[in-house]
Order: sequence, then structure tokens, then C-alpha cells
Amino acid sequence: MARLLEHINVPGINTFDVYRKHGGYKSVEKALKTMTPDEVTEEVKKSGLRGRGGAGFPAGMKWSFLDRKSDKPRYLVCNADESEPGTFKDRYLMEKIPHVLIEGMITSSYALGAKTSYIYVRGEYMYIIRILEKAIEEARANGFLGKNILGTDYSLELYVQPGGGAYICGEETALLESLEGKRGNPRLKPPFPAVAGLYASPTVVNNVETISAVCSIVNESGDEYAKIGVGKSTGTKLISASGHINKPGVYEIELGLPVEEFIYSDQYCGGIWKGRKLKAVVAGGSSVPILPAELILKTAKGEPRLMSYESLSDGGFATGTMLGSGGFIVMDETACIVRNLWTFTRFYHHESCGQCSPCREGTGWMEKVLHRIEHGHGHMEDIDLLVDVAKKIEGNTICPLGDAAAWPVASAIRHFREEFEYHVKYPEKVKNPKHFELEPFRSEKVLAGV
Amino acid sequence: MSEQIKPIQFSAETMDLVQRIIKRYPEGRQKSALLPILHIAQAEFDGWLSTPVMDYVASILSIKPIEVYEVASFYTMFNLEPVGKCLIEVCQTGPCWLRGADDIVEHFEKKLNIKVGETTADGMFTLKTVECLGSCGTAPMLQCGSDYYENLTTEKVDTLIEKLRSSNQRSTYMKSNMQEI
Ligand SMILES: Cc1cc2nc3c(=O)[nH]c(=O)nc-3n(C[C@H](O)[C@H](O)[C@H](O)COP(=O)(O)O)c2cc1C
Ligand code: SF4
Ligand code: FES
Repeated sequence: MARLLEHINVPGINTFDVYRKHGGYKSVEKALKTMTPDEVTEEVKKSGLRGRGGAGFPAGMKWSFLDRKSDKPRYLVCNADESEPGTFKDRYLMEKIPHVLIEGMITSSYALGAKTSYIYVRGEYMYIIRILEKAIEEARANGFLGKNILGTDYSLELYVQPGGGAYICGEETALLESLEGKRGNPRLKPPFPAVAGLYASPTVVNNVETISAVCSIVNESGDEYAKIGVGKSTGTKLISASGHINKPGVYEIELGLPVEEFIYSDQYCGGIWKGRKLKAVVAGGSSVPILPAELILKTAKGEPRLMSYESLSDGGFATGTMLGSGGFIVMDETACIVRNLWTFTRFYHHESCGQCSPCREGTGWMEKVLHRIEHGHGHMEDIDLLVDVAKKIEGNTICPLGDAAAWPVASAIRHFREEFEYHVKYPEKVKNPKHFELEPFRSEKVLAGV
Repeated sequence: MSEQIKPIQFSAETMDLVQRIIKRYPEGRQKSALLPILHIAQAEFDGWLSTPVMDYVASILSIKPIEVYEVASFYTMFNLEPVGKCLIEVCQTGPCWLRGADDIVEHFEKKLNIKVGETTADGMFTLKTVECLGSCGTAPMLQCGSDYYENLTTEKVDTLIEKLRSSNQRSTYMKSNMQEI
């Protein structure tokens, strides 16, 4: 079943020779020698592969938007900025099997007609940059990069670019600005990168995992790949599991796996740590709505919730969430929802690029208000104030960071309002920063035995 | 300032690397090399970017100094003020907090006798808290230079402080300036 991590345990799989021995770089041979670039794009379309960076946009469709008539050079840029809290899958993949990304970059660049491609890696991953650079050197030494790859007339240069520590540079137009040596301020769209991206040239930006998945798609055909998964959630997905579980880590799952199995099976998270109970999950990185245990395990209709784009968003934001980047953050019964939310809001405030006032100011206000609620100085009106600020940010900004900051706040209050009220009502009980760890929060309804 | 003041100029070797980096981008797009070169400059000139250093980078790339300042001040990895030899960056975002990041920060504060944001009197350590470093599965964690220290406990922190103190090396995001980035 595993595609990306199939050979993860093979010693030396990070080197070219071992990777090659296990079927590596076959997709480059197949594509360059037996397929036209459009045929490769066609396979990616058929595969149903959706962007793994967070938005889930169909990759083949994005590729087909690329302006192929322009006489400007075309670029493929890999988004390895990975800064969404709870997400560490790209790092794992690049560290353990760097060649799968290099192979995917070559095959995808060929499909898009790019002669120069860049991998933009968050600056903190400096050691990953070294790993990728070594892999690129090996690929070049073996004729897979540079002039006339494998004796064909296709040539490609591939470079790694470090970021400087800014979450916003994961947003694709901010990433392109950063790659041009500027501040990471997202651009107004349109024009979209497919028309005017890097250096105002047609550009495709895809996530590390999306590009890596292209190898299997070309090798086994788009139709075969589409058989994995469920409905419009095709293929496998890397999930970064963190928080209060027995086995945090990166797992490759077939889309459609029941959430309950993912959390409790020994093959994956191995259940909640310290024998405690599940309280809540943030299923797709810090930006997506938080769900309480009942709603993450089952939909509002009572059906088992699955790890797929559709099932996780079933019920809309009222009772559902999103698959997002696959950053699966688990909280046990002792976790304080308010404090966790405060850390997220502090994050968005820190990372706002400052271009739009609703985001720049709103994230600051939310952080301030949450700080006072969490530290026992809140007022009852603060809770609705937060909802109001979140509403006013949402949809009123240049880029989706504003929404990403608003959703966690709105959803935490939607599902855990009692806990916010408890903070306001019993300030002395929340003064200790470990308040819930000492005594799990029980809603008044539970206490009254209702 | 006990350290000797170095002339603001890259060595021939570093300059060679810088020139190779500039060639990665199309003609006239040399500004794209700004972030990689700022990382090199920071590693080369005592872990921070002074105004003369930024002006020097601007001259290499034939861009205006303000184009460097606005970038250097945007990205958190660039230090615009001197920092201790070892910059300890403890992750404090949700997933790390869930696994005890607060205890780690508190322990550092106690052991080093400084608060977050401060530098020890001997100039050895600066303590900082940072946001998610993409290592949440091995939380709590911290970054010191290019190294990640994961699954931290207070005992591990003690060992780390000892190790860093005895090696007495300046931490840098780049192990050696001369490696590719
Ligand atoms: C604030 C913000 C941060 C983002 N961070 C990342 C990131 O770190 N990695 C990523 O692949 N996509 C990130 N994205 C999504 C990208 O904008 C873009 O949709 C993605 O790179 C497209 O690739 P995909 O279609 O292969 O997912 C971010 C978006 C926003 C709004
Ligand atoms: S929403 Fe926030 S991060 Fe995005 S462009 Fe506006 S201010 Fe910048
Ligand atoms: S929250 Fe600390 S590494 Fe992600």
C-alpha cells in the first residue's frame, strides 16, 4: 500500500545507489523516453491527486492551467516551507528518502516544460538542505540532472533555496516573493502563478508530498493510482501525528482510513498516552477547526469519520473540519483548550505579514484577549468579542492566513464555550499554568450528572 | 566585546560560493540570492547582521541597502542585534506545549539564570522561544544552530548546556560556512 515510504526501512535508502536499486528514478526514464510532457500531465490528472500542502487543489488541473503559450521560461517551484504547526511530514520524507522528491521534481519539471526548478525549504531545515543538495549532486553524477538527461534532449537545473523563518512564505505567492529576494508579502490574485509567478513567468508551486507522489503515478499509471483511497480522495497521504498519543510520528495512510483506527491502532498512533481519554483533535494542522472527541470519531450523522478530504469536512464548519496538511494534533482530557488556542493565536500574530489590517490587528487582539482569559483576567464579553473579531478577519484579507487565524478561534469557542466561561468564572482555578493537567475540566452539565 | 573586530569582507573561498549561488538565477535576478547570502553573512560575522554587514551584502548584489534591511528585518532567523555564542531556540507552539515545552523553558531560565530574550553575562547563551519548527512528533524540542534537539527532558537540557559550554563554539545555522546552501 505504501507508496512514498515503501522502502523507508531499507538501510542506505537516502543514497542514490540504494534508492535506484529499489526502483528509484524509473519514472524519469519512463517519462523522458516514452511519454510526451502532456501525456505525463494527463496521468497526473487521471490519478485524481490533490495538493498535499493544505488546500487539496487537484494537481493535474493546476498543471493544465500553466500558460504554455507564453514565450517566457516556465518554472516548477517546490514548496518545502513546512511551517504549519503540527506538520512535519515533508521534513521526514526529505530526510529519509530525499531522492523521491528529486525524482518527482525531474519528472514533473519535464511535464511542465521547466528548464530550471527550485525547492524552497524553510531556513530552519538547514540540515535538510544539505541532504537535498547531496542528493541533487548524486542525481547529476548519474545523468539524471543537467544537460541532456539520459541522452534525451531534455535538460534541467535544480536548486535548493533556503527561507529565513517566516510561516507566511508557505503561501505560494509569498514564497515566490521570497525566492525573488524580497519580504514574504503575499500577492494579490489574479494573476495566478500559472500565468505570472516567479519572475512574472508561468509557474507551478506544489508541495513536497504532491511532487513526490508523481513518481508512483507515472510508474503505475494515473488510473491505477486513483484506485487507492476513497472517492475523490485518491492515493496515500502522509500524516504527521503529534500531541498526547503513544506513538507520535509520520504515517503513510491510504485515504479513507477510519479516524478511530488511526488514533487507537498500534500500527499508527497507538492510542492516548498515560491511559487517558481523548478530548479533542486538530486534524489538519493548526489552521483547521478543532473537533471534540465525539465529532472527530463520528460525523454528526453518526457515521464513522474517515481520514479523507470529504469525510473530515462533512458537516461543514458546524460539525466538521478539514484534512489540511495532515498535521494531526491530539489532545487528552487534561489539555486546556484555551491555552492551546492561545499558542496558536500567538503564532498567527507573530507570522502575519502585516499587509492587511484585519489580519495584522485582529490576530493581535485575539492573542491579547486569549492571553487574559487564559491567565484569569477575562470577562464574559471577551468570548463573544473573540467570535466577532474572528468573523471580521475571515474573508477580508489578501491571503488565507487571516482565515487560518480565525478558524481555530471560532471553532474552539463553538465546541468548547463552557471551558472559556469556566476560565472567566473561576480565575483562581486557572492561575496555575497547569490547571487542567491537575484536574481535567468537566463541564457543569457533566458535574451535575446530566 | 571581547571578540576581535573582523574586517567586513568574505574570504576568497566564501566569495566563490557566493558567486556560484548568484548564478542559480537568471541574468538580472541576482537579488534572489539575498536570503542565502544573508545566512552566509550571519554565520561569518558573529551570528548577527550589523548595518555595515548588510551594506556589504547590498554592494555584492548591486542592490540598495534598504532592500537588504527590509528583508533582514522581515525574517525571524536573521538577528539584527548581537546574540550569545549559543542561541537556544525552544519551540513553544501548541504541539510542543502539549508535551511540556513550558517546563523546558522554565528549566533553562533557572539553569542559566536568565529570562527568555536575555543573554547570559558571559555571552555564552541567549535564550529564545520560537514558533513550530516542524518537529512536533518529537516534542518538546529546541534548535541550536543547525542542530535539532528533540524529545527533551530536563536531564537532557542539563547535558546539552554542559556540552555546549565545554565545546565553546559559536552555534550557526550552517555547520561550516563553506558548504553549499
Ligand atoms: C499561510 C499559508 C501557509 C502555507 N504554508 C504551506 C506550506 O508550508 N507548505 C505547503 O506546501 N503549502 C503551504 N500553503 C499552501 C500553498 O499556498 C499552496 O497552496 C501549496 O503550496 C500548493 O501546493 P499543493 O497544491 O501541492 O498543495 C500555505 C498557505 C497559506 C495561506
Ligand atoms: S492575510 Fe495576513 S498574512 Fe495574508 S497578506 Fe494579509 S496581513 Fe499578510
Ligand atoms: S510545535 Fe514545536 S516543533 Fe511543531
